[in-house]
Amino acid sequence: MRFKRGVAVAAIALTSVLSVVGCAKDSGSSNSGSGGGDNATGCKTVDKPAAASGETTTTDAGAKVDGSALKVGLAFDIGGRGDASFNDSAAAGLDKAVSDIGVKKENTKELTATDQESEDAKLTRLRQLAQEGHNPIVSVGFAYSDATAKIAAEFPNTQFAVVDGFVDNAPANVTFLGFAEQEGSFLVGVIAALKSESCTIGFVGGVNVPLIQKFQAGFQQGVETVAPDAKVVSKYITEAGDLTGFADAPKGQVAAKGLIDQGADVVYHAAGASGKGVFAAAKEANVQAIGVDSDQYNQKTVAEYKDVIITSMLKRVDVAVFDYIAAVASNNLTGLPPVFDLKVDGVGYSTSGGKIDDETKGWVEAYKQQIIEGKIKVSDTPSS
Amino acid sequence: MNARLRSSLLAPGLAIVFSAVLCAVVLLVSGANPASALGAMIGQVGEGQVAVDIVNSTAIYMLAALAAAIGFQMNLLNIGIEGQYRVGALVAAIVGGAIVLPPVLHWLVILVVAAVAGAAWATLPAILKVTRGVHEVLSTIMMNAIAFGLAAYLIRRDQFGILVGNNVSTEPIADSGQVPGIEIGDRGTVFGLVFLAVVAAAVYGVVMNRTRFGFELKASGLSPTAAAAGGVNAKKMIVVSLLVSGAVAGLVGMPEILGRDHAYTLNFASGYGFAGIGIALLGRNHPVGIAFGSLLWAFLEKAKGALDNEGVPREIATIMQGSIVLSVVVAYEIVKRMELAAEQRRVGQATGTAEPVGEGAAK
Repeated sequence: MRFKRGVAVAAIALTSVLSVVGCAKDSGSSNSGSGGGDNATGCKTVDKPAAASGETTTTDAGAKVDGSALKVGLAFDIGGRGDASFNDSAAAGLDKAVSDIGVKKENTKELTATDQESEDAKLTRLRQLAQEGHNPIVSVGFAYSDATAKIAAEFPNTQFAVVDGFVDNAPANVTFLGFAEQEGSFLVGVIAALKSESCTIGFVGGVNVPLIQKFQAGFQQGVETVAPDAKVVSKYITEAGDLTGFADAPKGQVAAKGLIDQGADVVYHAAGASGKGVFAAAKEANVQAIGVDSDQYNQKTVAEYKDVIITSMLKRVDVAVFDYIAAVASNNLTGLPPVFDLKVDGVGYSTSGGKIDDETKGWVEAYKQQIIEGKIKVSDTPSS
Repeated sequence: MNARLRSSLLAPGLAIVFSAVLCAVVLLVSGANPASALGAMIGQVGEGQVAVDIVNSTAIYMLAALAAAIGFQMNLLNIGIEGQYRVGALVAAIVGGAIVLPPVLHWLVILVVAAVAGAAWATLPAILKVTRGVHEVLSTIMMNAIAFGLAAYLIRRDQFGILVGNNVSTEPIADSGQVPGIEIGDRGTVFGLVFLAVVAAAVYGVVMNRTRFGFELKASGLSPTAAAAGGVNAKKMIVVSLLVSGAVAGLVGMPEILGRDHAYTLNFASGYGFAGIGIALLGRNHPVGIAFGSLLWAFLEKAKGALDNEGVPREIATIMQGSIVLSVVVAYEIVKRMELAAEQRRVGQATGTAEPVGEGAAK
């Protein structure tokens, strides 16, 4: 730990020396934390927080887990595998279980929701999976909460998990995999504030529901913590009750374009498959975008827009799904964290694409540490 | 009478066969096996609670289609059912969750509130239609958009919403407001309000065919000028039929809310209103036709899950729904012309001339 920190400090010192020597007009590389970091063109920022005082503890996978006997069922939310975002992240968790702990591909089954289905479609889907002997069954999306609790009562010997889900008094064989989306969003908010030149930053939400408001709230707080004068403009594609906002790329593009027209030069989206349109709008206007859920820079479905994606807020649904499947395989569900937050790397940010320099990273890591230590409380409801 | 029966069965039969063939072609092109897809669709009925789900959905679709049919009877296209049922469901859920009354009374109050809210949402288009001549298609579509916005606003946490995990729900309706269903072992529970749909269809059939109001409605639809000459107040008929249509639309969400969910949540299903318009076309505004159309629609809707389970693209069921509606309209037109030609021949043979007969009998 100490050694790593030393290396990091040395690296930062070295780069700053190099940049000062090599490039006289270079701006914001004052890493000592003194003076208001006033970038030449960007937002006026607060002082850079002290460097992270330690690495997060990474949990070991522990003993070798054998999942070859498992028959895993996955019930996707609207969008399904291939949405380049939320569902794909869950799919990645299942894929990892196949490659790492020996779950057999032919023993997995994936079913997908449609955008206007009634509750009984969800019930039937889960019942089908349970009747075919799948165990565990992972449903993706809070909309499955009630349906899963009902079906779990019908099949007490089957293990169920709901990503993002929660209901009161759920049967014991239901595990809820919840995330602290606001914490990860805070970090990409920090990045957005540092990267913005116009000091106006956009947020596109898929559907205006409490879950997506958590992304907005954390993002906004992150931006405002770093750059109190920055303006965050937000737009939701659809209102609560109309789930198409998660699966409509053209509408995502229009929403993002609206924010860009208001001056936003960094746009963050939490809009599932609609995010593709957000990237398209960013590329068209030559501004920067921030992905969500998966590391979108590396995703094939949005590969044509990868050069505008500076980072992605990682909601590690893949980690949660994999950990859950592994926990079922080793019959130890109590080891799962109650919330997948920054502390357990359940949320985070990506650096693929090389758009995050060490200076920016230093800022983000410092805030990350403060959140983990509880010095910063990230709100999960937007202030306005 | 026999010919009429034949024609009313021939057209939908042709339509179903045509759309099945079309879907088979689509499946073949996409590399799937039509036989296994058909097997999965039919096989689903025996599995789990699908049969009961189909019955429940049929009732919901019937209410939506009846709402559409009431408008269609006098050539009013109420596209606003989607918004009317959403507003009706949400307002009824809010009121139902806020009060506690003795069981039957509690349901009745909730149902009345739903119907009134649905009718209220149709009031503005009705007024605009009779005072300013605004076409109801435009005004009701706009009201749909407003309904979605209103529903999203009312369910906010600072209004009537309660946060449950990541979901938002209205205050749950107390036991006294929950309509008991009929439990069929592990096959599921038939909503008690399935009977509401049956009653609504029966009342609709009687009113349309046996009462002066129904006659005036149909007359206004067939020929507004003739109806006006016959002393029918056209404006009154427009207002009444749109309001009644809206009231029935308001009830669409009730079977699910009073029978299963006991609250309005973010998961509340959408799309019933638009499906209802298609089903009313399918059933030619006839109560029995609507019942069968709803059954078919519900069957196809549930088949989506079964198809997905078989690895067949479930969009095939959506294609089938669309092509059935389309081909029913075409098939009716073809059958109608065939009959007209046959009738002309018959009349021509009987009278020795070949005069064409006027329209009117075949609708």
